[in-house]
Amino acid sequence: MLSSHILSWMTFTPLLGAVIVLMIPKCFEKAIKIVSLITTAIPLTMAVYLFQHFDRDQVGMQFMERHQWIPSFNIQYIMGTDGISVTMLMLTALLSFLCVIASWNIGKKVKGYFFLFLLLETGMMGVFAALDLFLFYIFWEVMLLPMYFLIGIWGGARREYAAIKFFIYTLVGSVFMLLGFLAIYFWGPSPHSFDMIVLGSQGGILSQGILFGLPMSKVVFLALFFGFAIKVPMFPFHTWLPDAHVEAPTAVSVILAGVLLKMGVYGVFRICYPFFPDAAQWFAPILAILAVINILYGGLCAMNQKDIKKLVAYSSVSHMGYCLLGLAAMTFMGLEGSLFQMFTHGTSTAMLFLLVGVIYDRAHTRGVNDFGGLASAMPKYTFVAMIAFFASMGLPGLSGFISEVFVLLGSFHADAHVIGFDQAFRGQNIFIICTIFAALGVVITAAYLLWTIQRVFLGSLPEKWSTLKDINTRELITLVPLAFLAIALGIYPMPILDLFHKTLSHFSQFLTAGG
Amino acid sequence: MENNALLWIILFPLLSSIFIRLYGKGVGRKAVSLIACSSVGVSFVLAVYAVLAFASDHQVQVDHVFLWLRTDQLHTWFRLSLDSLSAVMICVITGVGTLIHVYSTGYMHHEKAFERYFAYLNLFMAMMLILVLADNFLLMFVGWEGVGLCSYLLIGFYYQDHKNADAGKKAFVVNRVGDFAFIVGLLSLFWALGTQAGVWSFDFAVIRDHISSISSVQILGLSAFTFISLMMFIGATGKSAQIPLYVWLPDAMAGPTPVSALIHAATMVTSGIYMICRLSFLFDAAPVTLEVISWIGGLTALFAATMALVQNDIKKVLAYSTVSQLGYMFLACGVGAYASGMFHVVTHAFFKALLFLGAGSVIHACSHEQDMRKMGGLRKSLPITFWIFVIGTLAISGMFPFAGFFSKDEILWQLWNHSKYLWFLAIFTAGLTSFYMFRCLFMTFWGECKLDASSKAALHESPPSMTIPLITLAVLSCVGGWVWWPGFMPLTQFFPHWLESSVIVRHPHGSHFAELLLTALSLLVALGSASMAYVFYVSNISLPQKCGAKCKALYKVFANLYYVDEIYEALFVRPCKSLSKSLSVFDQKYVDGFVNGMSKVLRLVVFIMGSIDRFIVDGLVHFFAYLTKTMGIWVQRIQNGHIQMYLAVLVTGVGFFIALYLGYFGL
Repeated sequence: MLSSHILSWMTFTPLLGAVIVLMIPKCFEKAIKIVSLITTAIPLTMAVYLFQHFDRDQVGMQFMERHQWIPSFNIQYIMGTDGISVTMLMLTALLSFLCVIASWNIGKKVKGYFFLFLLLETGMMGVFAALDLFLFYIFWEVMLLPMYFLIGIWGGARREYAAIKFFIYTLVGSVFMLLGFLAIYFWGPSPHSFDMIVLGSQGGILSQGILFGLPMSKVVFLALFFGFAIKVPMFPFHTWLPDAHVEAPTAVSVILAGVLLKMGVYGVFRICYPFFPDAAQWFAPILAILAVINILYGGLCAMNQKDIKKLVAYSSVSHMGYCLLGLAAMTFMGLEGSLFQMFTHGTSTAMLFLLVGVIYDRAHTRGVNDFGGLASAMPKYTFVAMIAFFASMGLPGLSGFISEVFVLLGSFHADAHVIGFDQAFRGQNIFIICTIFAALGVVITAAYLLWTIQRVFLGSLPEKWSTLKDINTRELITLVPLAFLAIALGIYPMPILDLFHKTLSHFSQFLTAGG
Repeated sequence: MENNALLWIILFPLLSSIFIRLYGKGVGRKAVSLIACSSVGVSFVLAVYAVLAFASDHQVQVDHVFLWLRTDQLHTWFRLSLDSLSAVMICVITGVGTLIHVYSTGYMHHEKAFERYFAYLNLFMAMMLILVLADNFLLMFVGWEGVGLCSYLLIGFYYQDHKNADAGKKAFVVNRVGDFAFIVGLLSLFWALGTQAGVWSFDFAVIRDHISSISSVQILGLSAFTFISLMMFIGATGKSAQIPLYVWLPDAMAGPTPVSALIHAATMVTSGIYMICRLSFLFDAAPVTLEVISWIGGLTALFAATMALVQNDIKKVLAYSTVSQLGYMFLACGVGAYASGMFHVVTHAFFKALLFLGAGSVIHACSHEQDMRKMGGLRKSLPITFWIFVIGTLAISGMFPFAGFFSKDEILWQLWNHSKYLWFLAIFTAGLTSFYMFRCLFMTFWGECKLDASSKAALHESPPSMTIPLITLAVLSCVGGWVWWPGFMPLTQFFPHWLESSVIVRHPHGSHFAELLLTALSLLVALGSASMAYVFYVSNISLPQKCGAKCKALYKVFANLYYVDEIYEALFVRPCKSLSKSLSVFDQKYVDGFVNGMSKVLRLVVFIMGSIDRFIVDGLVHFFAYLTKTMGIWVQRIQNGHIQMYLAVLVTGVGFFIALYLGYFGL
């Protein structure tokens, strides 16, 4: 019973928790928190189960569930996971659980906060598990609403602006996505279907018609890609991110950077690429260039930020660029690096946001230049922060290194098979040049992160910070698992890489052959 | 443990580092020093044991630890291997490392963050060992960056001072510039081998076997050999402090002195040479790169030596001297004399560690004074330190029969056979070296003591924990070179024979007589420079100032280190910062401005639509309502109940129709 419906349980246990939270009178704050903790712990244990029982030698979907839902439109309830989504489900479960602990000291409207948070987790899990476009779209929107309120009510000074900006920006993307889904449904292969497995295994759909003077597959690809690119976020659609990150409460920033951004890349993996492999090939060189812009532009912007949270937000823009570059390469190593980067960035950036939260709770400021010498006052905090910073920097021996190297290795030899804008880029060494520029990111990343370390932790301790308390046990509990993952997966990444292996080797062959 | 002999060499310092970092505060200083030193000591014993085992059968020892990365094509193991090249390195690293650990227990005695220091120093040992024992590029890169991290942490050990933190950051970022090139080289090598030979691998052995297959490949207009080796070399200039990336090393002296000895003199900075030797098969196939390497090395050796001439900080003299000596090693590699370069790595590790630790002993004795102008006459109060410093100076100047003589002479002889220009560059530098080192010796130990009264009173010879390592290193600096005698006096040629199995070794063909003459000449140059230093700094101490006054401009250029820091600041740092600034302004003003502009446009559209809705669409509705109402009001006026009115309307109506009827029929 459990193992055959495990994805549904993972998705809906938090919803159940949300309903229970609603029924608890709001004066029992402790009970609300404990219910939230338990209902996020259950998906986490299931994620561990998933990790253990995921068949690494199987290509297709696992833990499938399939039910008719709205038969008249052939809409089904399909859940399932493969190498592409399984790590994302695990990451979502882990970060949600840690975020509940990180939210323990929320003082304002506790009931509403945890209700929305649990609802958010349901939405996120659903996005990664759904295999029906209609279902996917519903989860996608379910996730949006709690996010809007979490930023808009529990956020910082400019929370309303940030929340509305986030909401509308994402909604614009969703509109294009919905149009794309409808195009796929009505113009796609008959019988009309939203089934992602069926649609993704055709070797390219919508390859016949013409729309706005372009092959229909390319137009629909671009519409969907636009919707996902906003989420990534890809330059120039990234400006909602710094605002949302800065204003959101700590745990929500963690979820935003750790999980929500990955949905953009995941969407490209799950929908854009398998549905339209030819369009993907055609678009690859442009995507590679945009990825490099993301890496360098994000990094250079991060260097100039005065607010630590904003700095981390821009660093996310930079790091997600590697995911895009790996995607653009479409080689096995590039795709594997991209997927792994999603996971490692999820852990390292979550650590960074949690760390900013710790210091903000104490000092009530996030200005990079307001601090200095914190290493003297908070040695334990500094130690954990160093791990986070170096993990984010992609230092060899930590997990970020493996993913970035894989992306670079994968994209360096991508020229051979990518066609790119109908041969316009063939023989141009476009990927070699892009990869070299992307590698320049290691210098920029080191520069802005070390500069931040220096300004915040090193130097002499100002008098006003000498009484700051070091990190407490609750905060350590949220950080240690992530630090452990960053180190352990840097030394021995195979447990995670093995999960990708079969799916991706099939996927990359499909992509390079299908185009 | 039998099967993982090599792994344990690394694990001891690594585990000790983790233990000390986590529990060091609890177990006390004695235990920390004991654990730190013994872990490195054990790893030294294991290393010697492994090397002896290797020496008996010359079989490369391989230690498969675990499968690190696996993809379709790529299988990269976490695998360690011991061949003759890494054997030399691990002996130097663990041997010198152990001595420096012991020395540190005395030197760092009063330090508050004693545990932190040893945790990082142990971590450094582990990383350095990974670097040299790795059997593939990727794992080597882990060590490569790992030592950089430890270097960063230890340079910024006294982080409370902003300047030290700055130095650490500079070291890391400059190294990252080198790493960028290194990564590009790595990517190209991987790509070239994969596409040409179908071999996707980072293993040194595999690369070596298939390297010839990439000979026809072009990368961005250069031949693959040249491009890859150039990129790797740029990586090496970062780690091994060569032009153009040497600028971090002098600043790195901000770290504790034993750190300078271990990391910034004996081991880490030589990893660039190690890498080139490891890849000698690749570099040897790229004559253009070799030419570049030899000239960069030669120029670095010369420039750094001129900068060392005018330094007054005892550690800075040694730092520039290290840069210069590293240049020597690159010079050797550049002319294809990899083994000679490696030989200089070894002897340099002995005598430079000795000099740094000796300087540390001086600094320790003088209440942390580093300015040589304030020292002087220390030879009576610090007899042991004095003598070991003398030995170090003799060794670095290339005096017979000290270690430096053999390696330097070998390099000079190789240069002579390759290019007379390079040889001249090198022998001129050798003269400068001898001059500045004797200057340093004389300024510190001769003349009158210029320390202030309180420091003078506190003058003391260092404790045995410091002097014993010093004496050991002094012995090594004497005899360390006796493994490779010059061709005209071939007592033993053990070292090149040892390396032959892993590094390309060349023996020049020139006559022994020429070699003998050149050796005599280089000894003369060294002696001449030394006696000149004696004249300048002992017998006629007003001379330096007079000279300085005479060539003011030159002195100024030297003293300001050729303004390289300022030039880099203007060329790279400031443009990067301003680019970052303008990009974020662009981001806020235009990219985000566009989004906000869109929202304004949207609001305008909404306003217009709203107005249309209100005034035109809704207005029409209102208009009709109004019309109806008005008409109603108007019509209801007729129905007012006055019979006369009805009659009047009736009559008017009938009249109207009659008129119409008549008009219609045209009557």
